[in-house]
Amino acid sequence: MTTFPIEKIRADFPILQEKIRNKPLVYLDNAASCQKPQQVIDSIVHCYSHEYANVHRGVHTLSVKVTDRYEGAREKVKDFINAHSTKEIIFVRGATEAINLIAQTFAKSNIKAGDEILITAMEHHSNIVPWQMLCAETGAVLKVAPINLQGELIYPEFEKLISDKTKLVSVVHMSNALGTINPVEKIIAAAKVKNIPVLLDGAQAIPHMSVDVQALDCDFYVFSGHKLYAPSGIGVLYGKQALLEAMPPYQGGGDMIRKVTFEETEYNTLPYKFEAGTPNIADVIGLGAAIDYLNEIGMDNIAAYEAELLTYATEKAKQIKGLKLIGEAQEKGAILSFVLDKIHPHDIGTMLDSLGIAIRAGHHCAMPVMDFFEVPATARASFAMYNTKEEIDVLIKGIEDLIEIFG
Amino acid sequence: MFDDLRDLYQEVIFDHNRNPRNFHVMEDSDRKVEGFNPLCGDRLTLFLKMDGDKITDASFQGSGCAISTASVSLMTEIVKGKTEAEAEELFKQFHEMTTGKEEAINLEAIGKLAVLAGVREYPARVKCATLAWHTLDAALKNEQESISTE
Repeated sequence: MTTFPIEKIRADFPILQEKIRNKPLVYLDNAASCQKPQQVIDSIVHCYSHEYANVHRGVHTLSVKVTDRYEGAREKVKDFINAHSTKEIIFVRGATEAINLIAQTFAKSNIKAGDEILITAMEHHSNIVPWQMLCAETGAVLKVAPINLQGELIYPEFEKLISDKTKLVSVVHMSNALGTINPVEKIIAAAKVKNIPVLLDGAQAIPHMSVDVQALDCDFYVFSGHKLYAPSGIGVLYGKQALLEAMPPYQGGGDMIRKVTFEETEYNTLPYKFEAGTPNIADVIGLGAAIDYLNEIGMDNIAAYEAELLTYATEKAKQIKGLKLIGEAQEKGAILSFVLDKIHPHDIGTMLDSLGIAIRAGHHCAMPVMDFFEVPATARASFAMYNTKEEIDVLIKGIEDLIEIFG
Repeated sequence: MFDDLRDLYQEVIFDHNRNPRNFHVMEDSDRKVEGFNPLCGDRLTLFLKMDGDKITDASFQGSGCAISTASVSLMTEIVKGKTEAEAEELFKQFHEMTTGKEEAINLEAIGKLAVLAGVREYPARVKCATLAWHTLDAALKNEQESISTE
C-alpha cells in the first residue's frame, strides 16, 4: 500500500482544497457523486476553448477534430470495461437513462402480460421504477428477491424466483445504500441456464473495481460518468451487439438515421441508432479523460486502497457505542451506512457539516431498503480513492462529539 | 464543540428532543392528520381536541430529527387554548420567522418558538421545522388525508 500515490491524487482534485464552514473539506459523499480531477476539468475547458464543433457532421477541421476526440472516448470506454466493440457503447445521460432506454426498447418489445422481471430488494429507485412503469403498460410482473439482515442477497431465494416466465434479470452490481457487492457471476450463470438476459446496474460499482463485461458475460451494463470522476450528465449503456441490433430505437432525430423521406426512415448503424440529436460532446470527452486518469492509477490498486479504508472505518465505527451499521455484507464496497441511537440522520448530517464533513443523510433513493431495516433514513459515509485514514479519524471524532452533545 | 451550530441547536431544542411534550396517541381526538417529509423520512401524527373553534388539547406521535421533534413538541404546547384563527396567525408568524422575513415577526406572540429561528440559516432544514405547522394547518382546515412537505 505504500505505493498508492495518495498525495499526488489529492493534489489533482482542486475542490479538496476548499474550506467548508472554515474547516478543511472532508468529502465523504462519493456514492452520491464524485469530485473531478484537474485533468478532467482541463479536458472540458480544452474542448470548448480549442476543439469544439458538432460531431459527425462537418467536413471542416474542427468538426473532424472533435469527432476524433468523441469517438476516441468511446474507444476508451470500450477498453475500460473490455467490451467487444465500440458499437456496443452507447452514450446516454446516466445509468437512469440507460435503464429507461432498455425498458422502453428491449424490454417493451420482448415482454408481454404475465412475463416476469426479476430484481433484488436492494435496488436503487432507478432500477425499480422503470420496471414498474413497464409492468403497468404491459401487464408484466415485477419479482423481488429478498435480502438478509447483513444486507446480502439471499441467493437461494433469488434462484427460486427464476422461472420460465422470467424474461429479464436486472440487478445492482454494488448497492449504493448498503455497499453490498452482489454475486453477479453466480446470478448471470443461473440466468444463462434459462437464456434470460441480465442487466447489471453498475453505477456504484464502476469507480471501485475493474469491470470486464465479456468475462462477466452480462447482456447489459450501465453506469454514470459523475460517479467515475467524470462530468455529470453523461453515462454509458453497454449492450451485446446482437441485442442492440435487434432493439428498436429509443428516440428519433438527427444522427440516428441513415436516410429519411416522408414515406420512411432507415436507421443508422450502431451505436448511432441510439444517439439521437447532438450528444453531450464535451462531457463524453471528459469521461474519456477520467478513464485515462483511472487507468494510470489502476483500478485494482484503487480497489485495494479503498478496501483498506473501509476496513479501517468499519473497525473504528464499531467501537462507537450506540452506532449501528446498516449493511454488513461479506462482499462490500467502500460505503459505511449507519444509524445512531436516538439521533436522526439529518441531525448527524448537519452536525458533521459544521465540521466540514460532507456525508449523505436520507433514504439514498432506496426507500424499500430503509423499510426493510425499519429506519426512516441512514447516515452514509462513502469513500473514494482520494480519501484518507486521517479523514476517517475526523469523521469518527465528529460522530463521538455529536453523540456527546445530544446527551 | 459545534459552536457554529448553537443558533440552530439551542438547549431548548435538545430538551424537547429528549423529552417531547404531549407525545402520545389521543384516543378521543376530534382531528387527526399525518404529516410526512419524504426527503428525510420524518413522519408524525397530530391529534387535536376541539371545543367549537378552540383547540383544547393537542398531542402527537411519530419520529423525526431533533428540529422536527422539538418543533412539533413546542407547537402542541403553544396552541393549546388558542382559537383556530389565533393558531393560523401563529403559523403565519412561524413561517415568516423560518423563511427569513425577520422584520415581520411579532416576537411577543411567537414566544418560545423563537428558538427555532436558527433554521433560517439552514435552508435544507427549514422543512424539518415547518412540517408540524403544515400538519396543524391541514388539521384546522379539516383535511383528513395525510400531508407532505414535497
